[in-house]
Amino acid sequence: MWNKRREEDYTPKPPVAPAAPVEPAREVPPVQAPAPARSAAPEAPRGVAAIGKSVIIKGQILSREDLYLDGEMEGTVEVPEHRLTIGPHAKLAAGIRAREVVVLGSVEGNVEASEKIDIRKDAKLIGDIKTGGIIIEDGAYFKGSIDIVRAADSKKAAESPKQAARPAQQPAPAAAPVAAAPDQKR
Amino acid sequence: MFNDRWKLLSRAASPGGTRVAELSPSQRHFQAPSRGLDRRAHAQGDVYSRHSNGLEQFFSQIQGLTGLRILDLSGASQANVGFITGLGHAIYSEDVLKSLDLAFGDGDFFQNQSDPERTERFLSQNFDFPENHFDGVLAWDSLEYFTPALLNQVVERLSRALRPGGYLLAMFHTEERADSIPAYYYRISDARTLLLTFREMRKPAQFFNNRAVERLFSSFESVKFFLTRDALREVIVKR
Repeated sequence: MWNKRREEDYTPKPPVAPAAPVEPAREVPPVQAPAPARSAAPEAPRGVAAIGKSVIIKGQILSREDLYLDGEMEGTVEVPEHRLTIGPHAKLAAGIRAREVVVLGSVEGNVEASEKIDIRKDAKLIGDIKTGGIIIEDGAYFKGSIDIVRAADSKKAAESPKQAARPAQQPAPAAAPVAAAPDQKR
Repeated sequence: MFNDRWKLLSRAASPGGTRVAELSPSQRHFQAPSRGLDRRAHAQGDVYSRHSNGLEQFFSQIQGLTGLRILDLSGASQANVGFITGLGHAIYSEDVLKSLDLAFGDGDFFQNQSDPERTERFLSQNFDFPENHFDGVLAWDSLEYFTPALLNQVVERLSRALRPGGYLLAMFHTEERADSIPAYYYRISDARTLLLTFREMRKPAQFFNNRAVERLFSSFESVKFFLTRDALREVIVKR
């Protein structure tokens, strides 16, 4: 009997449990974080990487998870596979590249959002936008060009990340290249 | 030069005053004024829709084309962005009235527009476009708030930014004795229908009759007028 028990104890267990759940568990909570009421000034959702309003950054941010940015930033922000939320206190002079961008604060620089960009009431964005889709609330201030790119185009752009998010050297470009080779289509 | 211009065409306006049922309840609606300026007190957010011959003409000229660049001077809105990008064009948005207020709003609004330093800064910040960059310009009624000297510079820059053969749509109030006129946000409902959201009552810098409009766009190839029922003169000019 004693021997039997020992045999049971040593029965080899399938090596499933320890490793597998790590990755999905990391992904789920931040993405599905409770969306704040539209236009309300949200706080950083739990589980999302957050940069507070008293933080000043000069340089480059590269995030591999959702990011909430409410401070001051000069340089480039890249969140290629996730959502970037620019909080109501944020002041960015930066080139931005992300899968999804929500703007509540102030941005001067070009934005590339492969999936969509959401410019909320009282937000201010000066720069050119390339995106798969756009939502602009009444009351938002936007100055610049909007170029809607198809999924295939944005995939191409994603392959050349260095080109996409360049620092905003001239924050309010009067005109920048918008649609691809329009002359040929005329 | 005038021989080349299209014949002045005045049309009675189309059925105006359509109520827009799908708007949010917070937005108050009112009927389009039938003749002359609407004397009722407007409130911010008042909305009405109406047919626009100028808009119809504008989009009929670029029908079937894609990949064009359109400059919209009424500020970014979901409606305009959605409509224009939906046609396959790129849109450049600029809220000229807001930019005017930011540049000249402190003190005497019109007097400030004659300050050379300010005007230069304003023009370089807001109208510094490359030559032949746009295929169409939607100026709406924004040109009425520029003093003559500044307006000539603005029109000259717009003319340079518009490619030859491109069209510009502008609107001018017809009632010349009004102290102030309603300024609107112009939202495109479809290729022939506008949604006008009341913004504020503003004092215009100058009023334009047909002759003044023709003079203003004298460097353009042609000028075409449409009269509307709400005391607006819609103008399509071709570069």
